[in-house]
This record gives sequence, structure tokens and C-alpha cells, in this order.
Amino acid sequence: MSSIRTTGPVREIRDRFGFWRRSYAMMAKEFIQLRRDRVSFAMIVAIPVMQLLLFGYAINTTPHHLPSAVLLQEDSDLARSVLKALENTAYFRFVYEVHDVDEFDNLLKSGKVLFGVEIPRGFERAVRRGDKPALLVAADATDPVAASSALGALGMIVQTALAHDLYIGDPPAMPFEIRAHARYNPAAESRLNIVPGLVGTILTMTMLIFTALSVTREIERGTMESLLSMPIKPVEVMIGKIVPYILVGFIQAFLIVNIGVFLFGVPVLGSLFLLAALSTLFIAANLAIGYTFSTIAQNQLQAIQMSFMFFLPSILLSGFMFPFAGMPAWAQYVGECLPLTHYIRIVRAIMLKGASMPNLRFDTLALAALMLVAMTIAVTRFRRTLD
Amino acid sequence: MSVSNEIAIDVKGLTKSFGGREVVHDLSMQVKRGSIYGFLGPNGSGKTTTIRILCGLLTPDSGEGTCLGYDILKDAEKIKRKVGYMTQRFSLYQDLSVRENLEFVARLYGLADARGAARDMIKRLGLSGREEQLAGELSGGWKQRLALGACTLPNPELLLLDEPTAGVDPKARRDFWNEIHALAAGGLTVLVSTHYMDEAERCHEIAYIAYGHLLAHGTVDEVIAKSALTTYTVTGELNGLAAQLAGKPGIDMVAPFGTSLHVSGRDVAALEASIAPWREKGDLHWLKSAPSLEDVFIELMGRSKDNFQ
Repeated sequence: MSSIRTTGPVREIRDRFGFWRRSYAMMAKEFIQLRRDRVSFAMIVAIPVMQLLLFGYAINTTPHHLPSAVLLQEDSDLARSVLKALENTAYFRFVYEVHDVDEFDNLLKSGKVLFGVEIPRGFERAVRRGDKPALLVAADATDPVAASSALGALGMIVQTALAHDLYIGDPPAMPFEIRAHARYNPAAESRLNIVPGLVGTILTMTMLIFTALSVTREIERGTMESLLSMPIKPVEVMIGKIVPYILVGFIQAFLIVNIGVFLFGVPVLGSLFLLAALSTLFIAANLAIGYTFSTIAQNQLQAIQMSFMFFLPSILLSGFMFPFAGMPAWAQYVGECLPLTHYIRIVRAIMLKGASMPNLRFDTLALAALMLVAMTIAVTRFRRTLD
Repeated sequence: MSVSNEIAIDVKGLTKSFGGREVVHDLSMQVKRGSIYGFLGPNGSGKTTTIRILCGLLTPDSGEGTCLGYDILKDAEKIKRKVGYMTQRFSLYQDLSVRENLEFVARLYGLADARGAARDMIKRLGLSGREEQLAGELSGGWKQRLALGACTLPNPELLLLDEPTAGVDPKARRDFWNEIHALAAGGLTVLVSTHYMDEAERCHEIAYIAYGHLLAHGTVDEVIAKSALTTYTVTGELNGLAAQLAGKPGIDMVAPFGTSLHVSGRDVAALEASIAPWREKGDLHWLKSAPSLEDVFIELMGRSKDNFQ
């Protein structure tokens, strides 16, 4: 076989640069492999550009036009001016007008509105009489950041409202007062907001990775070939790969909630059973999404990159770090497609507001729908053959 | 089912391409039940692809046929239940123990007593005492044995073995083949791909495929006879003889075998004319003999390369 060895042994002198030569060989190999992996290559550009543009435009820490409800017990000109003045601050946007206290409370509890303004019966008359009636502004203060700037703007409202209704009387003497009530988190403690959010964020991160690697690992280790040759259906593979991690996720959720309660003093006002049930749904939804990634990715690196591409928007657009209501509409639509958005509303509502199932119907259905969509994609994407 | 009771695999005109490259071309074959069918051919000749088509892991671009009486295009799920497929690369779970791997397979096939079936198989494989060892820690030979055990566990009717003994020592290889013969004697049909000539000779029937084309099939003797190859075995002072003979008219192949040289050709007259000058030499000993299976295959491979590449 002498024909294979065309050159003699490497001359001794070249080894002076041995360190650089070998390092260079390694670098060249890495570059070649990187170039071959198209998805990774695309991610190098997509991750910074896309994420920067997305979040640069989406995130707003002083949110405006926050969804609000009004409990209108009197339909007077003055009441209308007050509401107008509230909207003119650009912090409030009235999306619900209700006439019933329970309805009003439920809107706040379910998170559909961040503020509720109550105009009491006989308001205008009381003002004219000089009784200085109180106008109640209830804020959902679970997210102190979202609520604070709007609450801060309330002070000027009375003046503004009066500018339109000069006939009322002497401006310096306040004709009515605004009583702000920060519900659920009156002391505006950020940990009350952060800890429930962390339950969802941590679960998203760990659950995604567990299943995102599951199918690609079988392919890379060569076990997929014999698995496919055995009588097992794609749905069965998926169930078998997801269910064990539901238990893992459940243990994690249990740990985080307990630490939150006992170390950080976060209350659980609502039903623990409901929290456990909806957490299980959320865990399953994330596992299903991770599993979907693993049926799409060609290798484990790609699966991790996909999880990362999903995780970052989950943190930034779900309302975990920045107020959801403060984002532009398109970002809110993106947020609604993320399980974390719905779960964060659910956990905050159950833990801090004592919400029950009727308040959480929308977010529960959304979680279930997202899970089913992911599972359907996964099962149809799962290749029964090696074609 | 009367015909298919005799025939385990009956396929016609199988064709499969990957990215415009035809890997299997118009392949037809029949394998009798209870026989050991050897699949030979150079690397990349389409052996693995054909095996994968037979067990439903790949869908052919065209062609049709049955496997155990089931349509390979429509009944892949039914075929999977009755076929044991041993992949070329070890494909059991390296991080599961011997017992756990076997129990997993037994459960997938829905065996009534998965634990019992796994226990019996461990005993049969001679792995008692090692059942808790991780599959990834077994030596090459034991891994192959375990893989064979896993695919025979659900009592299949057909075994598809893709180069099962690659990289396994001769003793383990012999044990492995004794096992395959025992299984075939029990009525199991075995299709096995291999590069080893001694293994080919242990098959009831063989097929040789190269570049996706099935070039020869039949029993070992039939394949040798059909090749119409004449071989001379030369011993003695061989220095440089191979180089001098190669390319001479009538000499299709010159292959060194240890201290001897095989000189073969299909045209006996031309072959003998070409070697005549060297037959005179006293230090060389020429013996006309039947070609070995390896001679036949190497000659086939050389010829098919000219035709298809």
C-alpha cells in the first residue's frame, strides 16, 4: 500500500509552529462545520437582529392606554367629563362600562382590565352641594410598574375635569376627591409580582429543554432507526416522552410555590387545587412545544437554539418583565400566542387575587388550545420513515 | 396465502433515489421461508436501503411486493409486528441496562409477560449475571448478541440483519452464525447483509448487488458457476508478477491471496494465451482451479463499476 503515502514524514522543523498549526486546523474544521449547519448559521444573524428589533419596539415601561372599566352608577355630564379627563391623561382606555359591582370586581380579578373607576350614585349632585364626594379608582397593582405611573397622574384629573365644567364653582376648593385603591398588592411590593411570574418562567425554561432534545437525541444516537422499525405510533411516542416530565415539572412548580410562600411571603389566596391543575396544563403545553421543536430540528444544537428563540419572547412579551398592557397591539398578539402569557395571568390571579375558575376561563382555554396546536404539529411532523 | 407461505419476501422493480441519485435500481428478489439469504455488495451499493424498504422504514419510489404476505406499501405497520430489524449501528439504548432494553422491546410488541420474556432471553443469550449492566458498556460482540436477542424477542417471522457482525471477533462471529442457523432451523427467515465471504458461504442463498443493481443470485455454487470465471492459482516467486499480468488480454482480475496469486478471466483461451510465457518459468507453480466466491464478487464489482459509474 505504498501508493497512499505520497509525502514523507513531516519535517521536524515545522513543529516549532505546532501549537498554531494544530489550533488552526481545529478552527478551520469548526468553521466548515458551522457553515454546513444552515440553521445555526441563520440563527447567528436572526437572534440579535430579530430580537433587538422586536423588543426594542415592543417594550415600554411607562405604559399608556391601559384597559380600564367604569362602574357607572350615575350617567351625568360631570361623570362623563371626569371619564374624558381620565382618558385625556393617555393612561386610561375605557373598554368596559358596567353597572354591577360583581361584574366590576370580576373584570379586575380576571385581569381583563387594570383599572376600574367607580362613579357613585348622586355624584354630580353631591359635587354641586359641595359635599366633596369620593371617586374610587381601583387599580390592579399586582404589577406595580404598570399601575404606578397611571396612579400618579390621578392628582391632576380633578383640575382637568373642572377646566371643562367651569360653572361648578371655585376651582381652588376641590369639589371632589379621587381615592386610589391599589388592589391585591397595596404596598407595591415587586416580589409579589415577580415570584408568581417566576413559577411560569422557570417552568418554561426547564420543560422546553427536556422535550426539545428528546427526538433529536434518538436520531443522533441511532436509536430512532430501530424505534421506527418497531410497532409504535407517533402519538404513542409523544405521550411516552411528555408524561414523565409532567411529573418533573409538577415537582418543580411545587418547589417554587413553596419557596415563594415560605421564604418570600407571597400569599396563595385562591385554590391550591386549581393552581395545581392549571400548572399541569401549562407544563404539558410547554412540553408539547418543546417536543414539536425536537421533531423539526435536525440536531440537538438546533433544538436548543429553537427553544432559546421561544424562551426570549416568552420572558419579554408575556408580561413577566414588562407590563403586557403597555405593549403595542402587534406585540400583544404575539404575547397571546405564548403559553407563559396566559399562565402568568393565571398564577398572579390565583395567588394574589384569589381568582377562581370563572375568572380564568379565557386563559385556561388559550393554554389548552396552544397545547393542542403544538401536539398536532408534532404528531404530523414526526416522521414514520427515514425518507 | 398459499404461495406466500413458501415465500417470505417477494418484491419486484424496487427503485429508490436520494437527492437525484438512484440508490436502488429495479431490484427484484424472492426469499424462501426458513432460509438464510445473504446480501452482498460493496459499500453504498443499496443493501441497507433495500432492507429499510422491506421493513417499511423507507418508501420505494416505484416497485411493489410483499413481505410475509403483506403489501410493503400499504401494510408497513403489520409487517413491523412480524419483522425483527437489526440495524448496522448499535441502536439499543446505551444508557439502559440489558434487562431494561429487552423489557422495553417486549412491551412495545405487547408481549404478555415482558419481564419473563426478557429474563428468558437473558438466559438464552448467556448474559445471566450481566442483566443490570448498561448496554453501552458491553463489548462489541456482546452488543451484537444483545441486539440479536432484542430483535428475536417478539418471535418475528423474518429477521433483517444489516451487517450484524461488522467489527466482531471471529469466535463471536461464529457463535452468532450458529445462532442464526438455529433460528432458521426453527422456521425463521433471515436476510443478512455482510462483507465476509465465509459468512456468505454459510447462507442458503446469496444475492450480489452493486450500485443498486442486483447482479447475481442463487446458491453459492450457482453464483460461482454462472460467473463462467476461470481462475489459476500461482505460487512461487511472485515478485512483481501481479503488476506484469494486470491488464493483459483475457486477464480480468489479479488478486494476491497471502503467498499465492489468483489470476482470473472469463475468456479461458485469451487467459491461457496471456499467462503462457510465465507458465514456462520453473520457479512458478500454476494450478487451474474453481474461482472462490471472493474472486467472483471482486470480478463482478470491477465489471459493474465500468457499467454504472
